[in-house]
Amino acid sequence: MRSKPSAESSNERASLPLTLSAIGALLFLHIPLWLIFLYSFTTDESAYTFPPPALTLKWIPQAIQNTAMQDTLFLTLRVAVLATVAALILGTLAAAAVYRFDFFGKEAISFMLILPLALPGIVTGIAMRSAISLLHIPFTFWTIVIGHATFCVVVVYNNVIARFRRSSNSMIEASMDLGANSFQTFWHVVLPNIGTALMAGAILAFSLSFDEVIVTTFTAGNQQTLPIWIFSQMLKPRNRPITNVTAMLVVLITALPIMFAQRIVAQTSDGEGGSK
Amino acid sequence: MLNRISTYFYRRPRLTLALFLAPPLIWFLVVYIGSLISLLINSFFYLDGFTGQVIREFTLKTYAKLFIPTNLQIFLRTTVMALSVTLASIVIAFPLAYYMARFASARMKTWLYLAVTLPLWTSYVVRVYSWKLILAQEGIVSWFARLVHLDGLLNWYLSNETLGGPSLSVSPTGIFLVFLYIWLPYMIIPIQTALERVPKSLIEAAGDLGATPAQTFRTVLLPLAFPGVIAGSIFTFSLTLGDFIVPQLFGTSSFYIGKAVLTYQGTSGNIPLAAAFTMGPIIIMISYLLLARKLGAFDAL
Repeated sequence: MRSKPSAESSNERASLPLTLSAIGALLFLHIPLWLIFLYSFTTDESAYTFPPPALTLKWIPQAIQNTAMQDTLFLTLRVAVLATVAALILGTLAAAAVYRFDFFGKEAISFMLILPLALPGIVTGIAMRSAISLLHIPFTFWTIVIGHATFCVVVVYNNVIARFRRSSNSMIEASMDLGANSFQTFWHVVLPNIGTALMAGAILAFSLSFDEVIVTTFTAGNQQTLPIWIFSQMLKPRNRPITNVTAMLVVLITALPIMFAQRIVAQTSDGEGGSK
Repeated sequence: MLNRISTYFYRRPRLTLALFLAPPLIWFLVVYIGSLISLLINSFFYLDGFTGQVIREFTLKTYAKLFIPTNLQIFLRTTVMALSVTLASIVIAFPLAYYMARFASARMKTWLYLAVTLPLWTSYVVRVYSWKLILAQEGIVSWFARLVHLDGLLNWYLSNETLGGPSLSVSPTGIFLVFLYIWLPYMIIPIQTALERVPKSLIEAAGDLGATPAQTFRTVLLPLAFPGVIAGSIFTFSLTLGDFIVPQLFGTSSFYIGKAVLTYQGTSGNIPLAAAFTMGPIIIMISYLLLARKLGAFDAL
């Protein structure tokens, strides 16, 4: 019914002030992102001069070869991969349990899973920090991973359960009727069916973890993930050109996979996208 | 063998359920709910001012500290900031959301939706960083002010004691702008969703019955979009309350809740006070959510 709204009829044009404020809001959202890219190429080393005095490509290889940057990047990637794996397992199990079974407190499960994302990051962060202090747990690589996995579970859960709800149970029943056991059914029927949902969930979880700075501040001790490194560079700028390029790389590493994930989700129309 | 295991579990659904549910449930109960409980416990301890040690005895002393004037001021300052960011984002988000819902063609709408959500998918810390570039003394804002010969006005504004500071990138106005930028998409999407559901005939009917556009807006559109506005404000409000990155990077010496929590737990090792402080935003948010539910905001999500 909505296919041809009367937007074409002449009295349905947006007024000029409305159009201008809409464009203004869009520019406000996007100009800062363009600037990130522009500043990666500025020759200015000691300030954020606009317009840039001249443009250069020399910072990009320097940033990529910078060992401090590499170390934090690898740490961040390791954390993100492990947190994603944990989130995949826990999220899928929770989704399967909630979808397949009826049990007391079922509604509470999804509420509990979403809490770490719904509450302000600082609450999750300081809560974990206080548990670490209360139990005298040393800060390690693993405290970061555990923190990240906790708030990543919900994006996997949301994607997988949306897929379960869309797929009919009769496929599973048919498989069982035809003599397949639960493991065969899982491997040949369920897994291919939820494959893209797992993929989308994994990409979202990965980006969420790769990007996280607030919870990490409280669980990281001396370890520096990439966002924390950028944060510290903003507090005390030591190496502006490297930071500028790193910022651009982070945009590329996080934004592109998420757009890809959104595509997968849109194509299979689950609608359970992810944002923070 | 696998068949027998499979049958074994098939006949015992409760056991299968337990196997499925146990790992996520135990993880969350231990790691997350456990952490929240430890937060609560910690807030009833106190820091011995002489030894710098946390004394693990039940006390309300730490909570009492929240009510000294400096700390009350932090709560007030943060709440005012969260409110102003919320109001400003409503004002900026509304025209765009309205345009998307009412005037954009289907293709245009998809494109606009992408444009609004793209910043959300971009790294948070990098988006904050971009404002370091923008607000710097030598940055694009000052450049533009000089270009249109308004740098005098900018300097006059910065000399204002409550809003200004040494430069835009160290001032409450800077904090406000960055917050506004970062949380704006969270306001646009729910308002757009709510406006999408307003039937066009309703607006036409208002016009036919003689309402001016302003009247239609006030008496028809705004009440119907209200749940969306509230839903968006939950995000902008909650996120502003809990953020410490932005005040840390763009703030003068004055504290906000998040920055206070970070400082107390970090440099002074006063986790009890940090924990008690966090109860502030939790309580503010829970009351806000309850109020929002009463106003019907969750129907628009």
